[in-house]
Amino acid sequence: MNTPMILEAVAAVQRAILANEAQIESLDRAIGDGDHFINVRRGCEVAVSLSAELRDLPPALALHKIGMKLLGTIGGASGPLISSFFMAMGKELEGLAEPDRAEFAAAFASGVEAIKLRGKADVGEKTMLDVLIPVSRLLIRLVDDDAPLPELCAQLKEEANRNMLATRDMIASKGRASFLGERALGHIDPGCKTCEVAIGAVCDTVLPSKLSQEAA
Amino acid sequence: MKKFINDIDSVMRESLGGLVEAHPGLLRVEFEPTFVSRAVRATNKVALLSGGGSGHEPLHAGFVGQGMLDAACAGQVFTSPTPDQMLAAAAAVHSGRGVLFIVKNYAGDLMNFQMASEMLDLENATVLVNDDVAVENSKHTTGRRGVAGTLMVEKMVGAAAEAGASLLECKSIGDRVNAATASMGVAFTSCTVPAAGRTTFDIGDDEMEVGVGIHGEPGRRREKVKPAGLIVDDLLGAILADLKPQRGSEVLLHVNGFGGTPQMELYLLYHCAAERLRAQGLIPVRSLVGNYTTALEMAGASLTVTLLDDEMKELWDAPVHTAALRW
Repeated sequence: MNTPMILEAVAAVQRAILANEAQIESLDRAIGDGDHFINVRRGCEVAVSLSAELRDLPPALALHKIGMKLLGTIGGASGPLISSFFMAMGKELEGLAEPDRAEFAAAFASGVEAIKLRGKADVGEKTMLDVLIPVSRLLIRLVDDDAPLPELCAQLKEEANRNMLATRDMIASKGRASFLGERALGHIDPGCKTCEVAIGAVCDTVLPSKLSQEAA
Repeated sequence: MKKFINDIDSVMRESLGGLVEAHPGLLRVEFEPTFVSRAVRATNKVALLSGGGSGHEPLHAGFVGQGMLDAACAGQVFTSPTPDQMLAAAAAVHSGRGVLFIVKNYAGDLMNFQMASEMLDLENATVLVNDDVAVENSKHTTGRRGVAGTLMVEKMVGAAAEAGASLLECKSIGDRVNAATASMGVAFTSCTVPAAGRTTFDIGDDEMEVGVGIHGEPGRRREKVKPAGLIVDDLLGAILADLKPQRGSEVLLHVNGFGGTPQMELYLLYHCAAERLRAQGLIPVRSLVGNYTTALEMAGASLTVTLLDDEMKELWDAPVHTAALRW
């Protein structure tokens, strides 16, 4: 995965997030404080706006710069979390011009680990980690098994979707929804929905379009 | 939504601009990144830096000035500011004796200030304010919120820093004031975040939210409105259960309006609360009544009690010259 591919994935994430505005917003209104979509949209806009400036940089530096820019743009709790993800990914990829799948999977895992450390959260707390952690583990396993790309992507999307839906039956112990106690039951975590949408968009970009349709 | 606005996106900028234009000898503002600092920067003292989402004015920028903060970083309405603001503010106001961040306990504020603290190439420490007794401290939540008691921490640490206290001393005083301070509030109406354009929560004409947060977050329970004295009983009951003061203790009593309640009612609350404190054998020796930690135009108020010792009394009495607090 080289820098132009990363930038293409970022643009795809933005398109997918915008296409899912209504659902993400309504989930956040139910158990969040109503600003999740606005913050994520603002983050996508600045990340995409950096494209021209980042195109010729190595992936590590491009990801680091995206992280720093997001840190100064998003604010709230999601700013530090999402930017930590990008900065940790960048750090893991230092010195690699075109990381292979295993290297990319390791970088993704270290990005997820950075979110975990920054937010002091883990699986089962009704946060975006409920999608990110299982997807990251599956990605490493599939890469280890040398799974073909279409199958890998299809399985990751499946895993993201299943774990996103599972947050419906969780009580939140982190984030704004934690103040609601049992009133958060029955609602999908909006951060998980955003991650599921983003993971789907990234999977679709790394596949040639025909394969992508079959996988979907 | 009826508000004095030209353009939703420029509300914060125009408001901070107005604050500084109204107090030209006292304050200056920088944009990109945004922070308010003293017009005349202090030398040879610990730099005190706070900040948080906008919408709580005069907190925090109204408390920048001699005897209190050196700089304040404002975020979007009810959204934490970002580390680049904190780093720029720290670089601008530090005078070689370290930087103390005063942070209200919300996940967003905490994480942004933590990142700033890690990235800052200067000696620094953080005081976390969590005076709101409405939210129970448990492993299932982020913990108690920081509300109107933040002012007590900023005032007293501010006085200590001005008098030459070290970074560690300032941090220790801040932690001590926070531990001696408890608050709880009640809301009669909701508030409208300009960018959202509609009220944050629904509440009936005859209802109140007991234990409300300063962003209109839910509190302990929804109740029918009742006489002020009974509301004060509930709030002070929770506050004193938390502080467990000894009879004969001297206290500071702060009645804070949330933005939409007239002073007349705030003083009425002070009257009720002071009487009840005395009935419990406590002595209100210092007071502060007014809109200091607001939630936009929300109607309602909070009570804050700080258990005082001689040192804290001295720090409270020390001169202060800011836009919102001056003696």
